[in-house]
Amino acid sequence: MSEYLILIFEDEKAYAEGGEQVFGEVMEAHNRFSEQVEEVGGKIVGGKALQPVSTATTIRHDVVTDGPFAETKEALGGYYLVEARDLDHALQIAKLCPARFGGVEVRPVMEFPDE
Amino acid sequence: MTSRHEVAEAVADAHRREWGFVLAATARVAGSLDVAEECVQDAYGAALDAWLRDGVPRSPGAWLTTTARRRALDVLRREQTLRRKLPLLVEPVHTEPLPGDDGDDGIPDDRLRLVFTCCHPALSREAQVGLTLRLVCGLTTDEIARAFLVPEATMAARVTRAKKKIAAARIPYRVPAEADLPERLDAVLTVVHLVFTTGHVAPTGADLVRPDLVARAVDLGRVLRSLMPDEGEVTGLLALMLLTDARRDARSGPDGAVVLLEDQDRSRWDEDEVAEGFALVRAAARAAPGRFLVQAAIAAEHARATTYSDTDWRRILRLYDVLLGLWPSPVVALNRSVAVLMVDGPQAALDEVEVLAGDGRLDGYRYLAATRADLLRRLGRQPESAAAYREAIALTSNAAERRFLEGRLAEVTPR
Repeated sequence: MSEYLILIFEDEKAYAEGGEQVFGEVMEAHNRFSEQVEEVGGKIVGGKALQPVSTATTIRHDVVTDGPFAETKEALGGYYLVEARDLDHALQIAKLCPARFGGVEVRPVMEFPDE
Repeated sequence: MTSRHEVAEAVADAHRREWGFVLAATARVAGSLDVAEECVQDAYGAALDAWLRDGVPRSPGAWLTTTARRRALDVLRREQTLRRKLPLLVEPVHTEPLPGDDGDDGIPDDRLRLVFTCCHPALSREAQVGLTLRLVCGLTTDEIARAFLVPEATMAARVTRAKKKIAAARIPYRVPAEADLPERLDAVLTVVHLVFTTGHVAPTGADLVRPDLVARAVDLGRVLRSLMPDEGEVTGLLALMLLTDARRDARSGPDGAVVLLEDQDRSRWDEDEVAEGFALVRAAARAAPGRFLVQAAIAAEHARATTYSDTDWRRILRLYDVLLGLWPSPVVALNRSVAVLMVDGPQAALDEVEVLAGDGRLDGYRYLAATRADLLRRLGRQPESAAAYREAIALTSNAAERRFLEGRLAEVTPR
């Protein structure tokens, strides 16, 4: 098994406008996702939701500025670290990952020979 | 005693016919496409001396595979410490023994795995095409770069990046599961068809056709058909390529100018290719219709007709309706307008083309302007036709096509 990071990029405005009901539905979807990952033979190693981009701070060459590293309409809002057999398996898992206001990016985690 | 020339021919022949087979079988042992490529290259290099000494083996592909796999195992042994991390491509259990020197059996045909890996949806279409031509067809990076008119360094970087991604992201070396097969197969067939169309109408340059690319695409189509004889779309694509390529000699005049289907001398169509195309379309008659099979059926309908006007245009129009249902592409709708022209006349066809032009998806597509120009010309609307021909010419980089359009423009321009 290898590790893949699933990065969730979504339009934060949609959550702000959707209110509690949308938030509740999405939380439920994420709970279901955890179960589904096991059903397809994968494993969630870790994962977190992030505070909105308005709370982000960027440091470039020791200069501290307010805001995210890159301004995009869809911002990184959370991630999962999962274990999968290969990219096909990781993509199968990532397709199940909730991201109704955007999408996800899948990145293999680098492995070092002496690990 | 075999002469050096004969041996060199045999190696060149094996390169063209067997490269993909040898590489695919070696990749399974090597654990990485890079190592496999190197070992296969070494094996071809070694073949020249060995075959000169011992004669050309009965099965060159098996000889090359055995040699390349042995080298791969040597490399693996040398890199034993890394081995733990490498072998995603390696079968967990080696069930088949490596064949002996004389053996030509026991080597499984892994080309399907290789093709599906090269055409994985996680790779860009450009990378899929480059990898397929490099790894399955054995073209050099330089040859691929020239075919697609990009600098060699660009193509080399593209192929290298793709191979790195396959290794780093662990794109599996296998034929996809049944559930994913239709979608994944479509990507493979799209790549092969793209190679074919790039050869059939070279995007730029002096010649209309690049026969080398067409031949590679047809070879790939044959390999796929031999490995997946029951897939209707695989059969359909091969039939489509053969029936299209059959018109090759009739498509351009003695001076290299384009000759339209309407004006082609059908006795110059390649009879063997037409016959094989027909047989394939018939063989797939019971398969579920897919976009390649229906296009092949349209091409077969053209090949069946003795002249352009004798063509069963109503049937072709019906086939286009089926195709449009399967594949709602504006390019298909544009091609369908030719059948509309023949069944319902130029005004009906122009009405449909104007609707297409209005939706914007074909903006900048040279055949849209060329089709509009032709329909306006048939309706006697010369000034509008001339304007459309000028637009088409501005969008066309192929010299032979440009000359054709310029000729038509002259016809509709008052002196």
